[in-house]
Amino acid sequence: MINRYDNLIIEFFCRIIAAPVFTFGVYIIFHGEASPGGGFQGGVILGAGFIMLAVAHGMDFTLRRIREKMILFLSCVGVFIYGGIGAACILWRGNFLDYGKLPLPLDSVSVIRGIGIMGIEIGVGLTVMGVMISIYYDLIDPGGIQPELSGGEEEEQWNSF
Amino acid sequence: MMQQAPAFTIVILLLTSFWVPIIGMIKKESAYYLSLIAIFFSFLAACATLYTVITSGPIHYRMGGWPPPWGIEFVVDYLNGGVVVLISLISLLTTISAKKSVEQEIHRSKWPLFWSLYLLLILSLLGMTETGDMFNMYVYLEVSSLTAYGLIAMGERGALLASFNYVILGSVGASFYLLGVGYLYIATGSLNMADLNKILPAIYHSKVIFTAFAFFIVGIGLKMGLFPLHMWLPDAYTHAPSAISTLIAPTMTKVSAYVFFRIILSVFNPQFSWEVIPAATLLRWIAAVGIIYGSIMAIAQKDIKRMLAYSSISQIGYIVLGIALANQMGLIGGALHIFSHAFAKGCLFMIVMAVIYKTGIRNIDDFKGLNKKMPFTMAAFCLAAFSMIGVPPTAGFFSKWYLVLGTVSGRHWFLTAVILMSSLLNAVYFFRIIEKIYFSSFVGLVNGGHGHHEHHEVVAVAEAPLGMLVPILIMAAGILAVGLFNTQIIHLLLQFIVPKGLA
Repeated sequence: MINRYDNLIIEFFCRIIAAPVFTFGVYIIFHGEASPGGGFQGGVILGAGFIMLAVAHGMDFTLRRIREKMILFLSCVGVFIYGGIGAACILWRGNFLDYGKLPLPLDSVSVIRGIGIMGIEIGVGLTVMGVMISIYYDLIDPGGIQPELSGGEEEEQWNSF
Repeated sequence: MMQQAPAFTIVILLLTSFWVPIIGMIKKESAYYLSLIAIFFSFLAACATLYTVITSGPIHYRMGGWPPPWGIEFVVDYLNGGVVVLISLISLLTTISAKKSVEQEIHRSKWPLFWSLYLLLILSLLGMTETGDMFNMYVYLEVSSLTAYGLIAMGERGALLASFNYVILGSVGASFYLLGVGYLYIATGSLNMADLNKILPAIYHSKVIFTAFAFFIVGIGLKMGLFPLHMWLPDAYTHAPSAISTLIAPTMTKVSAYVFFRIILSVFNPQFSWEVIPAATLLRWIAAVGIIYGSIMAIAQKDIKRMLAYSSISQIGYIVLGIALANQMGLIGGALHIFSHAFAKGCLFMIVMAVIYKTGIRNIDDFKGLNKKMPFTMAAFCLAAFSMIGVPPTAGFFSKWYLVLGTVSGRHWFLTAVILMSSLLNAVYFFRIIEKIYFSSFVGLVNGGHGHHEHHEVVAVAEAPLGMLVPILIMAAGILAVGLFNTQIIHLLLQFIVPKGLA
C-alpha cells in the first residue's frame, strides 16, 4: 500500500521536469524514422513521465489525468494505427506495410516511406506508453488479483488510497 | 487480390483483436461476435490462400515489398497452406462452440480481454505457419506463448500455477530457439529460410551449426511437448478454461510440429538432419519412449482433460517419429498425423467442453450412461476415440498405417511394435470410457442406492446446445473426411514435402 505524504522538493522538482520529459518523448517519437530512437523508446519516456507523476503525487492524482480506460484505449488504438497504416497500403495495391504506395502528395517514394514509418512510430509510441503505465498500475495494485481490468467497478478501490 | 490472401489471414485478426477490448468497454457481449466475424473472414482468407497455392503454386508474399533476404516474407507452399486452413477451420469451429462455455467459466468482466487474447493466439499460430523468416517465426512463437500464458491463467483453481510452469518452460524454449537463430545469423548473416537453405550446406560441419540445430530441436520440442520436455503440458491443458484447452490442444502443438518439419526439411536439408548429425536415430528413440509413456500415463488418469493431455504427448511422439523415420512413408505419415490428430483431439476436447458445460462432469467414472443424455455427442466421441486408436476408416488409421509402412520399409521392427502396442494402449484407455458411456446405466444420479436394477430408468435427453453440437459433428465429419480422402490430401498437399531422391 502506497501512502501519500507531502514532500515539497519532490513535488516541485517533478513540476519542473514533467514538461521537458513529455516533450523529449514526443521529440524521440517524431524523429524515429530518420535518427536513433523511435516509437518504442519515445513511448517508454512518455510512460516514464506518467510513472514519475504517480511516484511523486500518488495514484489518485495521476489517475485523474489518465484513467485506466484511457490507457487501455490508447494501447489498443496504437496497435490499430500501426496495423491500419499497414493495411491501407493494401488498398493502394501495395503489400502489407508497403508505405511507398500510399497516395500522399509528395514526389519521392522515400519521403512517403518516411511519413509512413512516422505514422506507425506514433502508433507504437501510444501503445508502449499505455502498456508501461498499466504495468506500473498493476505492480502497485493492492489486494491481489483484480477481477476487473477494463470496466468501471473498481474505481472506489482506487479512490481509497 | 488473391496474392494478398496470406496477409489478410493475419491482418484481419490483428486489426480486430485490438478493437475487441474497446468495443467490450461499451458492451461486453459484442466482443464475442466481433471475434467470431474476424475469425470467419480470416478463415475465408486462409481458404483463398490454399486455393491460390493449389492452382498456381507456392506464394511468396513480401512484407512491405522488400525482397527476401532483407525483408520478411511469407511463404505458403503445399504443406503449410494445408496447415493454415486446418488451424483456421479448427479455430472457427472452436469459437462457435466456445461461446456458452466461456460465458460459464470466465468472469463477465474479462470477456473482452479474453477474446482479444484469443484472436492474438490464433493470429500468431497462423503467422508461425506462414512465415518464411526465422526471426519472424520467433516473434510469432513468443506472441503465441504470451497469449497462451494469459489465457491458461484465466482458468480454474490451479491454472495460475500451471500457467506459471508454462511461463518458465516456454521462456526457456523460446530462448533456446532464439539462441539457435542467433547462431545461424552469426554463421551465415541471413534469417530467411530459403536463403539459409542455400548458404548452410557449405558450412555443415561447423560446430556453430551443430549447436544451432540442437537449440532448435530443444526449443521447438519444448513448445510442442515432445516427451522429456512435456512437463508443462498436462497441467496447462487440465486447468485452462475448456475453450482454451479446445483451442490449444489441436492447434498449438500441431503448429510446432509443422515448424519441426520446416526446420528439419527446409532450413537445414535432410542430408544434414539425418546424415551429418545422427538426429534421426535420437529422435526415433525419444519419440518411441514418448509414445509409450504418454499412453501409459493416459491410462492412469481420472480426469478426462488430463487423460487427453497425456494422450497428446503420445500423439506428438507419432509425428516426430514420422519425421525421424527419414523415409517417404514416414514423412507422409507424420504430416498426415498432424491433420488427423488435430481433428480427433479437437473433436474430443470440444466434446469434453460440451460435457463440462452441460453436466460439470470431468471425472471419467462419472461418464456412466451418458449416451442416454447426450447421444449425438457421445457418438462423435466414439468416432474420435476410434480415430485415436486407429480404427479404419477414420483418419487416425491411415496416418498410423503410413507410419507403420515407414517403419517396415526402414526395417525398424522395434518401432513397428511400439506403434502397434501404443494403439493397444490407446484402445485400453478409450474403451474404458466408451464402456462407461454405453454399457453401464446412469447409476449415480438416477437410482441412487439400488444399482443392481438393470432395467433402465428413463433419462431425459439433455443434448449439448446446438452451437456446440454442430461444430462437434462437423469435426467428426472432418475425421471421416481426412480418413476417406487421405490419398487426395497426400496427392494435393503432402507429397511435396518428401525431398527428392528419398526412398
